[in-house]
Amino acid sequence: MTLPYVPNTAADRQAMLAAIGVASVEELFADIPSEFRTGELGLPPALSEPELVRELSALAGRNRPVDGMPCFLGGGAYRHFIPSVVSEVIGRSEFATAYTPYQAEISQGTLQTIFEFQSMVCELTAMDVANAGMYDGASALAEACLMAAGVSGRRRIALLSTLHPHYQAVVRTYAFGRGLAVDVLPPDGLALSEEHACLAVQQPNFFGHFLPDAEAVGRAVHAAGALFVVSADPISLGLFRPPGEYGADVAVGEGQSLGSPLNFGGPYLGLFACRQEYLRHMPGRIVGRTSDAQSRTGYVLTLQTREQHIRRERATSNICTSQQLVALAATVYLAAMGKQGLRQVAELCYHKAHYAAQRIARLPGYSLAFDGLFFKEFVVRCPRPPSEVNRALLERGIIGGLDVSQYVENGLLLCLTEMSTCEEIDRLVEDLAEIGGSA
Amino acid sequence: MSSGPKTPDIGARLTFDLSKPGRRACALPPCDVPAAELPPPQLLRRELNLPELSQVDLVRYFLALSRLNYSVDSGFYPLGSCTMKYNPKVHEKLASLPGFTGLHPLQPLATVQGALALMYDLQRWLADITGLDAVSLAPAAGAQGELTGILMVKAYLTDRGEEGRTRVLVPDSAHGTNPATAAMGGFEVVTVASDSQGNTDRQALASALDDGVAALMLTLPNTLGLFDPNIGRIAEMLHRKGALLYGDGANLNALLGRARFGDMGFDIVHLNMHKTFSTPHGGGGPGSGPVVVKGYLAPYLPTPVVGKEGEGFVLATPERSIGRVGAFYGHFGVLVRAYAYLRTLGVEGLRQVSDNAVINANYVLARLRPAYHLPYDRRCMHEVVFSGSRQRAKGVHTLDIAKRLIDYGFHPPTVYFPLIVDEALMIEPTETESKEALDAFCDALLAIAREAEEEPQVVKEAPHTAPIGRLDEATAARRPVLRWRREAGDES
Repeated sequence: MTLPYVPNTAADRQAMLAAIGVASVEELFADIPSEFRTGELGLPPALSEPELVRELSALAGRNRPVDGMPCFLGGGAYRHFIPSVVSEVIGRSEFATAYTPYQAEISQGTLQTIFEFQSMVCELTAMDVANAGMYDGASALAEACLMAAGVSGRRRIALLSTLHPHYQAVVRTYAFGRGLAVDVLPPDGLALSEEHACLAVQQPNFFGHFLPDAEAVGRAVHAAGALFVVSADPISLGLFRPPGEYGADVAVGEGQSLGSPLNFGGPYLGLFACRQEYLRHMPGRIVGRTSDAQSRTGYVLTLQTREQHIRRERATSNICTSQQLVALAATVYLAAMGKQGLRQVAELCYHKAHYAAQRIARLPGYSLAFDGLFFKEFVVRCPRPPSEVNRALLERGIIGGLDVSQYVENGLLLCLTEMSTCEEIDRLVEDLAEIGGSA
Repeated sequence: MSSGPKTPDIGARLTFDLSKPGRRACALPPCDVPAAELPPPQLLRRELNLPELSQVDLVRYFLALSRLNYSVDSGFYPLGSCTMKYNPKVHEKLASLPGFTGLHPLQPLATVQGALALMYDLQRWLADITGLDAVSLAPAAGAQGELTGILMVKAYLTDRGEEGRTRVLVPDSAHGTNPATAAMGGFEVVTVASDSQGNTDRQALASALDDGVAALMLTLPNTLGLFDPNIGRIAEMLHRKGALLYGDGANLNALLGRARFGDMGFDIVHLNMHKTFSTPHGGGGPGSGPVVVKGYLAPYLPTPVVGKEGEGFVLATPERSIGRVGAFYGHFGVLVRAYAYLRTLGVEGLRQVSDNAVINANYVLARLRPAYHLPYDRRCMHEVVFSGSRQRAKGVHTLDIAKRLIDYGFHPPTVYFPLIVDEALMIEPTETESKEALDAFCDALLAIAREAEEEPQVVKEAPHTAPIGRLDEATAARRPVLRWRREAGDES
């Protein structure tokens, strides 16, 4: 069978081999010692396009996507509305099938959208500078911690214990490489020392709540001579005060909420912004504005002496290919939502979460695990183990919350976004009442 | 001065400049629950300076920008080491099936068995193709795959009490990510020279190789597009000294169905799904960088890996796992495309890919050899590296040749890499280009070589037809403007 993606015909190949001066293609592989020539492989037989569509559709059909049912699951991946213009723009071949914009003259589309992205991330976080994006929120946080160690020359990283456990795990992985120690600190009575390069916090935290006094935390971090690293939910920044206003030195976050589907965990998008003074320590690509000889405005990759392809082992990070198309989705999303829309999305999340929390808290056997300000997620203590509650909800066609009983006794982390309707929330409350009542 | 229509300076107007208060591109539903009390204003955002556009403005803006890009779908894109092959359209359709895109990474495993089955099979096939035993699909891109691999080396050596192995060897032809990764892994980087044939200099390797070496990071075929015929001996040298052989699989396209890393003695390899397994490069990602290892390293793989228990698929944490490298399971959306690609190829298709990739590169080599200096004068694998040194005699540099190619309608090759080639032009045609496309490209490069002789100024001032001329990169770096800011006095 001829692959539809290989245009050379047998006659073309013959002509090319003749031009090369070999009798067969085997000669071109002569450098591979015969003992390393591959024998039989175990791949299944090739499929035509219609067969492929059938097989993949069947695989997709074995899943139960959350779009088909009420879903109250968050924990670092969120179901938000994606305007149709997002897929329209990122689906354009000109964006999707280009690569890193090394040749600026024929890559202005990509470069200018990165500049837009950087500008929007700076606006959102109230930071001075942003890069073109990192792999995901967790690796962005890890890179922020490494950057803090690089800036300060200190060898310990402090994490607040209310950070998403997966994010903590990724920081540990990255820290292991550089030989940095990681200390997990409880939120009250911060014990920072002069060995700490940074304190990293999540806003709102893994359990949905904000720091009661973020400024005070920032001051304590700065008093210890460390950097204040904040991992923020970008949707929350439509309503709540941005990290740059309460002392953050580095602001990172997961950008999936900004126009990307859940996609079973990826590809997502790391947001990364910091204060001007740390610009030259930043990992990742950065685009700058400049002009050509005719004074036309244009954009280029800049400050590349930080990067691996120039600086090699002295680079600020090894990051190369990252998440450009996902960053484009975020850019289009933010442009589509705009000033009013993002605020509205954030308010819808806030009101729905508070409505659900109030109603669930009044159910017998259920209570809110934490006091204080929360955004779109909160933890309820259930009268039964959350795994059982979730199972019972699933039987009723509802994707429940995240079982956090490992951290909070019988804790269930629920998430409400603008995608949840009042009707769905009421149904959840009724079902929880029933499930709790049968404890 | 003409009074006719002016070419717009597209770059000067961003969404922020097009913004007008009150415009919306997307309507949202009203709040259908009783409003809760908002927190006090000092905790709220005072101002959110995002643009306000109508939907038509937004679409036209981004469409206009897209037209400034060159892409694989617009033409030949022989960017060396990047494997810019054509990306099948059906993959986009399949990756956007709601049964894939609508899956939350933390929903019950019983509801995502199709996704896990896909990942499980892909793990098996990647192990088979590379001749290795165990796979992690978690790394987000090639560079993160490298970091994952190097951290596994570190964890493995630490467990064996061999913390004294503090050095990683990297050939002078390596991608910049290799030394950068080794440094992130906490290793000291030692560069190993290449020999006059473009292979690893085995004497240099022998003298760098002692009990303090953790691993050699080797790209195969290397960045010169050459397969090192001594690979078996190199693996032996390392293993005899207790060091590991790490493979950068960026150039796997040349070897598909032909040779396997595991058989050659590699212990760990990372793959670049977006290159070899054909996913759109997205202007710089998302990629995906699975790591494939020998069985003895499987316990160190990052968590989670997809396993099978009875008839069901599960997420498992290897016993001595280095931990997580991302919040979830890697780039599932990219993995769907790679799965689809491998299902379309089958075993026979794998060889069609490598055969045609290698024929195409050697054809370009044969056609351009009379006009451009070939520093390593031997047959290549999937890519060929020329030097613009002959043209430099006329004051024409590789950068100029690259820019002139734009005028001829082609994306330039990778330039000035690998670093060991003076004025390098690194051309990777891939298997998805036809003889006609290669002929047109070679004709253009031959014409440019003539221009360099006869009218070098035309080449030096190129491009002449691009949307914009060469940009002032020096000023961009010296006085960085990295974000939009409202002009003083403009308070609209």
